[in-house]
Amino acid sequence: MSTLIWIEHDEFNIHPATSNLIVAATQLAQPVHALVIGANVAKVADEVAQIGGVTKVITCEASYYFPFRPEPLAQLIAATLTHYQSLVALSTTTGKNIVPRVAGLCKQPMLSDVIKILSPTTFVRPIYAGNAISEQSFNNCKAIITIRPTAFEKQNSKQPHCSIEKIEPLPDDKRTEVLTVAKRANKTDLQSARIVVSGGRALGSKENFQIINKFAELIGAAVGASRAAVDAGFIANDYQVGQTGKIVAPEVYFALGISGAIQHVAGMKDSKVIVAINKDIDAPIFEIATYGLVGDIFTILPQITAAITHK
Amino acid sequence: MKAIVPVKRVVDPYLRIRVKSDGSGVDTDQLKMVMNPFDEIALEEALRLKEKGLITSIVVVSIGTVTCQETLRHGLALGADAAILVENEQANNSFDFANLLTEVVKKEQADLVLMGKQAIDSDANQTAQMLAALLDWPQATFISKLDINEGVAQVTRETDAGLEMLSVNLPAVFSVDLRLNEPRYATLPNIMRAKSKPLQIMSLALEYNPSQLQTKSVTPPPTRPKGTMLGSVAELVEKIKPLLFN
Repeated sequence: MSTLIWIEHDEFNIHPATSNLIVAATQLAQPVHALVIGANVAKVADEVAQIGGVTKVITCEASYYFPFRPEPLAQLIAATLTHYQSLVALSTTTGKNIVPRVAGLCKQPMLSDVIKILSPTTFVRPIYAGNAISEQSFNNCKAIITIRPTAFEKQNSKQPHCSIEKIEPLPDDKRTEVLTVAKRANKTDLQSARIVVSGGRALGSKENFQIINKFAELIGAAVGASRAAVDAGFIANDYQVGQTGKIVAPEVYFALGISGAIQHVAGMKDSKVIVAINKDIDAPIFEIATYGLVGDIFTILPQITAAITHK
Repeated sequence: MKAIVPVKRVVDPYLRIRVKSDGSGVDTDQLKMVMNPFDEIALEEALRLKEKGLITSIVVVSIGTVTCQETLRHGLALGADAAILVENEQANNSFDFANLLTEVVKKEQADLVLMGKQAIDSDANQTAQMLAALLDWPQATFISKLDINEGVAQVTRETDAGLEMLSVNLPAVFSVDLRLNEPRYATLPNIMRAKSKPLQIMSLALEYNPSQLQTKSVTPPPTRPKGTMLGSVAELVEKIKPLLFN
């Protein structure tokens, strides 16, 4: 039996974490087939066909398959999945929107945000915002999972073009329609960013918070904030990192002027490297920081900026 | 139009949880339990729709043991019209909950379901989407804005790429994100009034053997190795520079 992966893309480029997805999928039943759905899939399918680990690409094209809507996509993915033992996709907002609907159509449970694969049926995922880790296994059903990209390695192996098979689209019921998509001003998304720069209450004002935005832009990072900063009105609450906000696990997390309340720590403690800068030497954030520095952000950040831009 | 708002009883997100030493789960004894914060936002939105005259009644639903009545009474105190407790202790994952909710939605002949995008205990983010699949209804997840006009909802969804505007024909399932609204507090008169609102107990069983997904163990997260306190900006730059531009 084999594994199906669903490829997230924007019709021009595949999602940057696709190689992490393939690394995860190769730990499940072999071979791995990639499903590429959209209105125009030729370019994306070609790219996927050359990534090491993929043995076949399945494509399906129809005008109503892009922008992605969960109703027609889940129906097509569930129908294709009949021939497979497992389904793996990214736990992005798009993956989280579509894959549970696929599981529902397949009349079975699934696991989201998997961080480790122990066997083709046993998986590890965080619960309680990472304050506990649960090991779960599927019995007498398919393994349907979404993976947290940062928990898996990237691979860049290329292969000779594998075969591409085209399948027929299923009809669309047109009960939903995407009207517009307003792209984010800061293009880097919080939950899939390699680096996140977050600011806390110590920033003091909305104007002062600009220093966080500028630093993030300089290093190509996404911007985050603690609940204290959000509640104080320095930044909109969709930037909130924490148990009731966004849960992130980037390679590098900057906690700037953030004290480290449980609520916030729950949302970022799985980051690979945590850099904390705070005036208060007793701030709890230093207990979990990989690198801590005591001091004032408004003095230190310009110094860091100068040092890293100076070649 | 009738809205169903499923509400889950969870540990207060501001409390530190402890994993049981036998690895069987999280110890929630003695901890303060609250309505899942995302569900509170969903209920608030339903209340606003009702205040605008767009829906006529709101039913809050919770699945579990009698202890969930407390969460339901809170929902009634916030302004829901009626509550249903689905007594069921077999259900242990989103698919099970979605199955039971499907029954409730059909029995109640609801026109829409508004719910939190995830519960802060299991963090699954699945029930709304599965419920939509089981009902064969369209869905709109992670919404930060909702308008309803003549049987069609216009929503704004928060996605990785940005904000997506979507139109959705009712009946439909909506899962809400943080930005949608600021939930109100229950006032004392409303808490008193809630005591006389109807709370129905419904016994529902799963019509399949719920063993497809088993929890093997629950363990505390690995502790982070003790970090280094650095003495200067120069030291910090030396450490982080290789991480930033690779």
